[in-house]
Amino acid sequence: MNNEKEKLGRREFIKDALRTMTAAVIGGMGGFIGGRAAKNTVWQLDPNKCVQCERCSTHCVLTESAVKCVHAYDVCGYCQLCGGYHRPGAKIQDTAAENQLCPTGAIQRTYVENPYYEYTITEALCNGCGKCVKGCGAFGNGSLYLQVRHDRCLNCNECAIATVCPSGAYQRVPSDRPYILKGQQGQGS
Amino acid sequence: MSRAVVRPKSWVMFILLAICLINSAALAQDPARFPKPEFESGYQQPPTQTPPPRSTGREWMDVFVLAVALGLTSYFALKKRSRRAIWAMAVFSVIYFGFIREGCVCAVGSLQNVSAALFLSDYVIPLTVLAFFVIPLIFTLFFGRTFCAAVCPLGAVQDLVMVKPVPVAGWLQEVLGLFRYVYLGFAVLFAATGSAFLICRYDPFVSIFRMGNDFGMMLYSIGFVALSIFVARPYCRFLCPYGVLLGWMSQLSKKHLTITPDSCHVCRLCETSCPMGAIDKPTPEKLPVTREQGIRRLGVLLIFVPVMIAIGGGTFSRLDVFLSKMHPTVSLAEKIDLENRTGTAGTTVETLTFRSSGTPAETLFAEAGIIRKRFRIGGWLLGGFLGLILGVKLIGLSIFRTSTEYEPNRAACFSCGRCFSYCPNEHQRLENIRHY
Ligand code: SF4
Ligand code: SF4
Ligand code: SF4
Ligand code: SF4
Repeated sequence: MNNEKEKLGRREFIKDALRTMTAAVIGGMGGFIGGRAAKNTVWQLDPNKCVQCERCSTHCVLTESAVKCVHAYDVCGYCQLCGGYHRPGAKIQDTAAENQLCPTGAIQRTYVENPYYEYTITEALCNGCGKCVKGCGAFGNGSLYLQVRHDRCLNCNECAIATVCPSGAYQRVPSDRPYILKGQQGQGS
Repeated sequence: MSRAVVRPKSWVMFILLAICLINSAALAQDPARFPKPEFESGYQQPPTQTPPPRSTGREWMDVFVLAVALGLTSYFALKKRSRRAIWAMAVFSVIYFGFIREGCVCAVGSLQNVSAALFLSDYVIPLTVLAFFVIPLIFTLFFGRTFCAAVCPLGAVQDLVMVKPVPVAGWLQEVLGLFRYVYLGFAVLFAATGSAFLICRYDPFVSIFRMGNDFGMMLYSIGFVALSIFVARPYCRFLCPYGVLLGWMSQLSKKHLTITPDSCHVCRLCETSCPMGAIDKPTPEKLPVTREQGIRRLGVLLIFVPVMIAIGGGTFSRLDVFLSKMHPTVSLAEKIDLENRTGTAGTTVETLTFRSSGTPAETLFAEAGIIRKRFRIGGWLLGGFLGLILGVKLIGLSIFRTSTEYEPNRAACFSCGRCFSYCPNEHQRLENIRHY
């Protein structure tokens, strides 16, 4: 009986020692990587790398992608014939649906003053396909570009779009600077 | 421009050249084809809207909720011994960590972030993710796997849908359970080489929490949930890589849930109560092998273990070319190489993008070579680890710990509390409480 007890006591002692050691290892490891740990990060795509492959619109885990088109107004030329708005070869440069490049009609065109027009993205309609981005980049100033919208993004541990992005545009950025913007806003922050 | 200047002084030439260079660099950066309009009507350019992400405060709030939930569940499992309270906690976790927080980041997945942070010098892990990894381990080190009982959203979802669990034979459970180690090994390998987050990619429950995904994943998720109705916690028992770590912690745990509130009378009533097959029976009086036989067998196995480690390591390190295909850089390099050899170009969006980026193929190949080398080392480690696990499991088969009670197996028990009500002592205890 005494022997049994001794045996149990010994076992408990070994276990205590092992537990302390394990806790120390976890703590040490936590400290090691914790020392380099950073503030929270979120996914963002670098518009300068993006090649508008359209995967952003189809590979997000959300049925309606978290990626949307945004507009750097201060880069925009306010063109009458907009490479992002008008389908190439559109005869009449007006707002008729058959002349629009955007498949969901998410771009609003409003007259500002002769000869300038303002283009605005209706985010609720945009599906992030980047067709307009491609058009604007090819024929205009490149003021339309894609961004992960953080009011929608779930911040997946592994972004499903990042795994298929052909240009390596996706990266994690600090959550207090969650956008990679073009124009003044991009340089300012 | 400089051609127009006839025999200029060299410094003029230099300045002109510099201006040209600066100009062209600026143009390449910002190809403003159309000048910025000068508005006369007082039109103001609106800024680009930048809705902020979930605040860091809320992430810390989640860490806090995690700690509190762990504390409560441990209390319910060890002290209060209430299956109903544990069940309620599970409902809470599915709602909060599952449906409200929509899955990410969970402790199971955080194991990849930690691996990446340990092995990749340029990977930074957010502190909250580190907390999600460490806190459940520490709790398990003291109270057993109460995290699995009702805090882990993946475990909780399986627990809640477990309606008609069929018993799985002990040996089958052991064998299937080995997949967890394989999964763990691969998850760490791919995370530590920066290739992929396997656990996230094949998480069977996250599409349920987010109520949407592509068709294939949705089918997979629904299949898993359906399976969980008849097989108790299939993901936990046969796949979960984090569960391996938790099992190790639990074996060392200071305290642990017990089936009986006081001492076991060996009435056998709880014998088949655990749908997870996590109850250890008392060892028979007569051991199946004599002491001498056991020691001899152990000796053979102890020699065998290093051999298995070597075989495992050797095998997996030879799979480097195959395994490294998971890394995007390596897979791109292979595509480029194939195109070069077949004399084609731009057969995929990836290669087209790479070719238009102007990076020389040699740089890419060199990078891919470095990554492959990492896979060779990683393969040694992974194979060695799997060999070691197999060896230890075999040794475990020939070591007999004597026990005179029905006890939860510390590594396997999820602390769910289903077995409580089978113990007559428990009914006595509840009776006593009522009499007070
Ligand atoms: S997946 Fe990458 S390249 Fe394709 S549209 Fe999105 S950011 Fe651009
Ligand atoms: S992190 Fe998830 S939700 Fe956000 S863009 Fe990527 S896949 Fe979509
Ligand atoms: S075994 Fe894994 S999935 Fe199951 S409850 Fe535990 S941590 Fe969660
Ligand atoms: S608490 Fe009881 S029923 Fe639940 S897993 Fe542990 S031994 Fe099985």
